[in-house]
Amino acid sequence: MRLRPSVVVGFAIIAVYVAAALLGPLLAPYGEAEVVGDVWEPFSALHPLGTDSLGRDMLSRLLWGASRTIGVALAATLLSFTIGMTLGYLAAVLGGWVDMILSRSIDTLMAIPTLIFALVVLAVLPPSVLILILVIAVLDSTRVFRLARAVAMDIVVMDFVEVARLRGERLGWIIFREVLPNTLPPLIAEFGLRFCFAFLFLSSLSFLGLGIQPPAADWGGMVRDNANAISFGLPIPLIPAAAIAILTIGVNLVVDWQLERSSIARRGA
Amino acid sequence: MHPLLKLVAQRLALGAGTLLVVSLLIFAGTQILPGDVAQAILGQSATPEAVAAIRRDLGLDRPAWVRYIDWLTGFLQGDLGTSLANRVPISEMIAGRLENTLFLAGVAAAIAVPIAITLGVIAARYRETWLDKTISIVTLSAISMPEFFIGYILIFVFAVKLFWAPSIASVFPGMSFLERVYAVSLPVATLSMVVIAHMMRMTRAAIINVMASPYIETAELKGLTRSRITLHHALPNALSPIINVVVINLAYLVVGVVVVEVVFVYPGMGQLMVDAVAKRDVPVVQATGIIFAATYVLLNLTADVLAILANPRIRHAR
Amino acid sequence: MGLLLQIRDLHIEALTEDGVWQEIVKGVSLELEPARVLGLIGESGAGKSTIGLAALGYARHGCRLARGSILLQGEELFGATPEKLRHIRGVRVCYVAQSAAAAFNPAHRLDDQVIEAAVQHNILSPAEARAEARRLYEKLRLPEPERFGRRYPHQVSGGQLQRAMTVMAMVPRPDLIVFDEPTTALDVTTQIEVLAAIKDAIADEGMAAIYITHDLALVAQMAHRILVLRNGLEIEVGPTERILEAPQEEYTRALVHVRRVQKPEKPRTGAPPLLEVRHVDAAYGAVPVLFDVSVGLEAARTVAVVGESGSGKSTLARVITGLLPPRAGEVLLDGTALPPALKQRSRDQLRRIQLIYQMPDVALNPRQKVEEIVGRVLSFYFGINGAERRREVERLLEEVELPAGFADRYPTELSGGQKQRICIARALAARPEVIICDEVTSALDVQVADAVLRLLLRLQEETGVAYLFITHDLATVKAIADDIVVMLEGRVVEQGLKSEILSPPHHPYTDLLLSSVPEMEVGWLDRVLRERAERKARGEAVMEAADR
Repeated sequence: MRLRPSVVVGFAIIAVYVAAALLGPLLAPYGEAEVVGDVWEPFSALHPLGTDSLGRDMLSRLLWGASRTIGVALAATLLSFTIGMTLGYLAAVLGGWVDMILSRSIDTLMAIPTLIFALVVLAVLPPSVLILILVIAVLDSTRVFRLARAVAMDIVVMDFVEVARLRGERLGWIIFREVLPNTLPPLIAEFGLRFCFAFLFLSSLSFLGLGIQPPAADWGGMVRDNANAISFGLPIPLIPAAAIAILTIGVNLVVDWQLERSSIARRGA
Repeated sequence: MHPLLKLVAQRLALGAGTLLVVSLLIFAGTQILPGDVAQAILGQSATPEAVAAIRRDLGLDRPAWVRYIDWLTGFLQGDLGTSLANRVPISEMIAGRLENTLFLAGVAAAIAVPIAITLGVIAARYRETWLDKTISIVTLSAISMPEFFIGYILIFVFAVKLFWAPSIASVFPGMSFLERVYAVSLPVATLSMVVIAHMMRMTRAAIINVMASPYIETAELKGLTRSRITLHHALPNALSPIINVVVINLAYLVVGVVVVEVVFVYPGMGQLMVDAVAKRDVPVVQATGIIFAATYVLLNLTADVLAILANPRIRHAR
Repeated sequence: MGLLLQIRDLHIEALTEDGVWQEIVKGVSLELEPARVLGLIGESGAGKSTIGLAALGYARHGCRLARGSILLQGEELFGATPEKLRHIRGVRVCYVAQSAAAAFNPAHRLDDQVIEAAVQHNILSPAEARAEARRLYEKLRLPEPERFGRRYPHQVSGGQLQRAMTVMAMVPRPDLIVFDEPTTALDVTTQIEVLAAIKDAIADEGMAAIYITHDLALVAQMAHRILVLRNGLEIEVGPTERILEAPQEEYTRALVHVRRVQKPEKPRTGAPPLLEVRHVDAAYGAVPVLFDVSVGLEAARTVAVVGESGSGKSTLARVITGLLPPRAGEVLLDGTALPPALKQRSRDQLRRIQLIYQMPDVALNPRQKVEEIVGRVLSFYFGINGAERRREVERLLEEVELPAGFADRYPTELSGGQKQRICIARALAARPEVIICDEVTSALDVQVADAVLRLLLRLQEETGVAYLFITHDLATVKAIADDIVVMLEGRVVEQGLKSEILSPPHHPYTDLLLSSVPEMEVGWLDRVLRERAERKARGEAVMEAADR
C-alpha cells in the first residue's frame, strides 16, 4: 500500500495526540491548576511553553487538556454515531412511515444551526461535561443519520438484501449481517469528520466560556483565558489554538485519503 | 398548475412550517430544564423573593403552551420581549446590532463567493497538478482551524505587529462606508478564509462530478473545443450544485459570525447572544436564537428553491 | 478509391486498480472501404467499444492507445495532436453511444445538440443544419419531425433518443459512423424498426459504418463484412455470408451454431397445479400493473413467462413471493392459499418457493464467503450447522458443477457464470418445490447462459422442482419451456403448451414478438419488413411496436 506523504503526516499527528491524550496527565511536569510562576513568562527550560495568564505552566495545561478535550470530543462522536447509525439503518431498512417520520424529524432538527441550538440549551442547563457530551452528540447525530441512511439505502436496494428478506430473516440479521459490513468505508471517513467537528465545536464553546469550565484545562478555554496577551504582542493564545488546529488537520488528511479510497472502490465495482 | 410552481409553493409551505417548528424548538429549548428554570437561572443567589420575581417576569406561572403562543404572536408583531438583565426592550437592543452583523456577513460573502468559485473552477480545470494539490492542502488546513485561531493570528500579524488594521472592530453610527469596511477588515478576512475554503472544495467536487458525465464525453467525441465543452455543456449542469454550495455556506456564515464577533469584540448579534447565554438572560437568548435560526432556515429554503429552478428536468417537464 | 479506415496492429492498454497498465486490445488490424459496413462482434470484454473509439483516436479515461497505426483516409490518427483530432471528430468520424439517455445533456434541447457538431465545425449554418436534422428525423421515423428537435432529452423515450443520436451523427455528413451497441437497451419489437431505419439511412447517404454488437444475428443484417473479436484479439474476418455459412475458426463456429439446449416438451399430467395464480390484480401505489392474471405450474415442469419491458412479468414474481401483496386474487401453493404479504408467511412457506435473480453481482453479499451464503440457508431452514453444514455446502457446489474449494471464496473472486451457479446452489439448499428464475441468463454471454440452462434442466430432472422462468428472450423460451405465457402490459395475452403457442395462428402481439427476433440469416431484416408490409397491404391485422 503506497501512501502519500500527506497521509503519513496525518497518521503521525494522530498518533502523537492519542499518546498525549492517554499519557498527558502522567507526563505533565505540573498540575493543571498549579500556579508555578509569573504571568506570561517567556519560553524557558523550566517552562518550555511559558506560563499562562495566572502563572500556570502552559505545557502541563496542554497535556492535561489533551485528555479532556479529545476525550469529550471522542465520547460525543461515539455517542452521536451510535444514535445516528441506529436510526439511519432503521429508516433505510424499514422504510415506509418509519423512514418518513424519522427523516422529517431529523430534517427539522437540522434546520436549526448547531451552535445556535447549543447556545439556547446552554442558557438554561449547567455546563457539566455530561451535558456537553449529550448536546454535541444529539445535534451531531443528525448528520450521521443522513449519511448512514443514504449509504444503507444504496445497499438495501441490492438484491442480496431482498434475498435475506425473502428467506424470512429478522431485522437484526439484515441490519448487522447484510447491510452494515457493506457500509463501513464511507462511515469510517465520516467518523473522522464528525470527530473534527465535535472537537472544533467543543473548543468554540469553551472559547465562548460556555464549554468546559475553569479551572479544568481545556484548549478552547485556554485560548479564551490568554486572549488578552495578543494586544501585548505576545502570541500566547495561539499555542493552544494551534494544538487544536494541528489535530484537526491531521484527521482531515487521513479522512480525505479514506474518502478517495472508498470512492475508487465503488467506481471500480 | 405548472409543476414548477407547484414544487416551489410546496417548498415555501414546508419552509414556513419548518420556521414554526423551529420557533417551537427554540422556545422549548429554554424550558427543558428538569426542575425549576428560575432556580437554575439564579443559581446561588436564589432567594425565595428573587425566584418569585423571576417567575413573574418569565410568566412561569402560566402553562408552557400559553407562553409560547404569547411569545410567538408578540414576536410577529415586533415585540421581542424584555431583557432580564437590564429591563430594556429587546427590539431596541437588537436593532443596531442586527444591522452590524448583516454588514459583516454581507461583506464577507461578497468577497468570499467570487474568490471561492473562481478557485474551485481553476482547481477542477487543473486537477491533479501541483496547483490543485497546493490549493487542496491550503484549504484543508483552513477548514481545520477554528475561527478564533485564524482571528487571533490575523490580529497578531496585521494589527499588533504591522498596524495595518484595527484589532478591535468597533463600529458606530455615523461612520462612512469605507471607514466601516476598514474597521471590519480583519473579522471579514477571518470569516472569508474559512468560507472560501469550504466553498472552493465543494465547487471543485461539483465540477469534477459534472465533468465525469457521459454527455461530456459525447461532446469531446464531437470534436468541440475545451472552452465550449466547459462553458456550454458543463457549466449549466454545474450551476445547480454550485448554487447549493454557495447558499449552504452562506448559512454557515450566519453561525460563524458568532465566534468572530467575540474575537474582535464586534457589536453584533453574535456578541449579544453569547453574553445573554452567559448571563442566562432567557428572553434575549430566545429572541436572538430565533432570528439566527430563521435566517438559516430562509437561506436553506432559498437553496432548495434555486436548485429546483435550475433543474432543467423540472423546468421543462413532460 | 483507397481504404477509408485502416487500423494496423493496434494495442490498447487499461489502467488496473493497482496502477498497472494491462493490454486489453492486443494487436488488432482492420480495414474498411468507403460506404461499406463492418460488423465488430464479440462478447463483453472483447474490446469492441475500445476499438470503435480508437477509430476516432479516442481512449476512455483510464485507457490509452499504446502502439499501432490508425489511418483515416491515409492520415495517421495515432499520436496525432489534440487539435488535429478535434478537427476530425464530429466532422469525418462520428460516434453513436450505447446509452443515448446518458449521452445527451439534460440542460439543452435536442436540436441544439444534434446540430452542434456541424455548426461548430462550420460545415453548415444553423438554419441549414436544423433543416437537415428535420429531414433526418423524418427519415428515421421519429414522431412529429417538425417539432421533435425542440424537446429536451428527458421528454422523449429511449428508442427515440437512440434515433436522435443517429441523426446527430449523420447531420455533419461524416465519412464514417461508429455505432456502439445502439439497440441493446431497446425492446426487441422497437429494435427491429430502429435497425431498419439506420440501415436505410446510411445506405442512402453513402456513409461507411462500424457496427459494434454482441449479437451475431443482428450484425448479419447490417454489415457487409464481419470481424470476430475475443479477449482483445482478432479471431476471424470476412464477408458476412461466408462467416455465417462457412466459419473457419472454432470460436466463430460456436457463435454461429449456438448449440442451444433443446428440451423436449413435457406434456401436462393433469395433476392439480403445484403453484397457482388466480385472477391477480396488482398495483404499485396508484398505478395498476397487473390485470386479472392467472397462471398454473405443475411439479417438474417449466412455465416460461415471456414479455417485454412493462409487461408485468417481474411484478408477477413479486406477487408470488409475497413482496407485493395483490389488490385482488390469490396465490396458492399445493392447493392452500398463501398469505398475500411476506411478513405473514411461515418460514416453511417461504422455503418452498425460491427466487433467482438476473444480476448475480448484486444478488450475492460481497462480504460473505460462499460457505456463508449457501450455508446460511441450511442453518436457517433446517438447523444444520458446523461440519455437517460444510459437507452439505460442498455437495451443493458439486451439484452446480463447481469445485468444493469455492466454499472459501468471496463472490468478487468469481466470474458471472460461476456467481449465477452459486445463486442456484443457494436456491437449491432450501429444497424448494418451485424456483422462480427472473431473467437468470439475460446478463450472461450466450455460451455461459447455455451451460447454466443445461444445469437447470438437469437439476429439474433430478429433483422434480418446477420452474417459473421469466424472460424476454424467445430463444431461451424455445429451448426450455413446457408451457408459455405471453404477457403484454400487465395482461396475459396468450398461454398454453409451447408447441401450441409457437405455431400459428398467433395473437397479433405474439406474432410481432416472434417475428422480431433476429435470425442468423442474411437478409432476414429485409424479408420480415417486406412480409409485414405485404400483410398490411392485404388488410391483415399487423401489430407494430408503436401500437403497444
